[in-house]
Amino acid sequence: MKLSGGFSIGQFIPGESYIHSLDPRCKIIGAFILFAAPFIAKSPYDFIPIAFALAAITRLARIKLGTVLRSGRPVVFLVALTIVLNVFWTPGRELARLGPLSITEEGVTLAFCVGLRLYFLVMLAALLMMTTSPMAFAGGLESILSPLAALKFPVSEMAMMMTIALRFIPTFFEETDKILKAQISRGADFESGGIIKRARAFIPVLVPLFVLVFARAENLAIAMESRGYVPGVPRSRLNPLVWAARETTSILCVIVFIIFTVLWNRYAPELISLWLGLL
Amino acid sequence: MERAPVFSFRGVVYSYGGSCSPALSGVDLEIMPGEWVALLGANGSGKSTLAKICNALLLPAQGDCFVLGMDVSAPENIPLIRQSVALVFQNPEDQIVASIVEEDVAFGPENLRLPQAEIRRRVDAALELTGLADMKRRGSYTLSGGQKQRLALAGALALEPRALVLDESTSMLDPEGRASFLERIGELNTHGMTMIQITHRMDEIFFASRVVVLQSGRVAWDGESSDFWDGPYLSFDFEEPPELALYRELKARGFVPSGTIPRVDDLLESLWL
Repeated sequence: MKLSGGFSIGQFIPGESYIHSLDPRCKIIGAFILFAAPFIAKSPYDFIPIAFALAAITRLARIKLGTVLRSGRPVVFLVALTIVLNVFWTPGRELARLGPLSITEEGVTLAFCVGLRLYFLVMLAALLMMTTSPMAFAGGLESILSPLAALKFPVSEMAMMMTIALRFIPTFFEETDKILKAQISRGADFESGGIIKRARAFIPVLVPLFVLVFARAENLAIAMESRGYVPGVPRSRLNPLVWAARETTSILCVIVFIIFTVLWNRYAPELISLWLGLL
Repeated sequence: MERAPVFSFRGVVYSYGGSCSPALSGVDLEIMPGEWVALLGANGSGKSTLAKICNALLLPAQGDCFVLGMDVSAPENIPLIRQSVALVFQNPEDQIVASIVEEDVAFGPENLRLPQAEIRRRVDAALELTGLADMKRRGSYTLSGGQKQRLALAGALALEPRALVLDESTSMLDPEGRASFLERIGELNTHGMTMIQITHRMDEIFFASRVVVLQSGRVAWDGESSDFWDGPYLSFDFEEPPELALYRELKARGFVPSGTIPRVDDLLESLWL
């Protein structure tokens, strides 16, 4: 049993690609604009340009497509649940019947769209985190949210908290794995019985994990303080944020893509029908 | 001209809240520039508390502690004290803040608000010193235990401190990682860096020029490391390192001259000669 296997949300993959080298603010803003694309998709066809865009960005980032596709694993259960709920509970033209439940055409379309929407959102977020180091991400977010500092919102502290949280994701899973193995070696059984029995079996994992996390948090706070960190005090940067022409160009490309997807969503079904008719 | 001490403790007392006995109960100690002091003692003897006071992470409840002449109890001195005295702790995982090696090393200089070029210079120099220059763009989570501890050391060195306090920094390393780590800090000491090394490993004392033993929050023994082996260590129930046992045996048989500091290299050299 390995909890951390394949989990990659938030795991930065160091690289020297064009996407890696973009200013983090550009990547965050770009990602948020791109997040709109799956939401404006209304039919399965509408996801075709999004898939192409995702593949293109993955290629530009020099990351394996498989790695990005696998990043959706943690939400597979959620996606499956959403699909099931939508397939059976959406009213419309009935395609088939399973006892009291009916499968409708609208339900199938909606389930497909909602599932793909979730999956694409996770992959886009993962791609952002894979190409942006937590420190750069926090720096970018801090800069974007800096106007909130005028309202006494602790922007830099929040950014530092995020950096540390992201930095500790692999460590956290490593530690969980170690505790799991230690408990298994002492006879704990996490794989048999019902949901309640399994959930109860995790208590001996959660207790030492919480103790460990709190101890680690305290030690880290001491180490940060000893290296001169003072919450809320401005810091300089090894890699200052630089917004150049290529960042503007990248954002423009994303905006053009969103306009294209809107047009695609409007005209693609007719164009595809026409094309299929011609064939 | 008389040199000023790097650390000066005068009757330092410290108690943790909720504890019935003080962690430090009147420590008097002076550590001079360039000294390598091995700080020994059983668990709870006050070693880590003393280390934290060196960096102004804890402040004495009574007595005075001066770091490079600066009173640790004066808040205005704290930034400069933290810049001058770097701490390396036992578990490197607890000290690594960033996911990328160079970003983690830059954390300290960034806190000092140094210009970018200066941060870059310090990061490159610290990575070079610790032998991590080829790994600067690697994920910190991909490093081995020894490399992580060297990263923690690089992070401390990027502050360009005058003194280094190592709080059981080698205890989680394998023999190879430990040897490499000790070699790096040995080089730093050769170049004049003052060291306080907290350790439970007797064989690491061979590297130190001075030994201080803490017992129940007090200095129980303080002297040169070569004098330490002539008897005092036995009274503190420390385990005899194999090198020392070998040295005694060889000395008894007349193979090594008296007064030789029992370092492995010295012993081997004596034997070949």
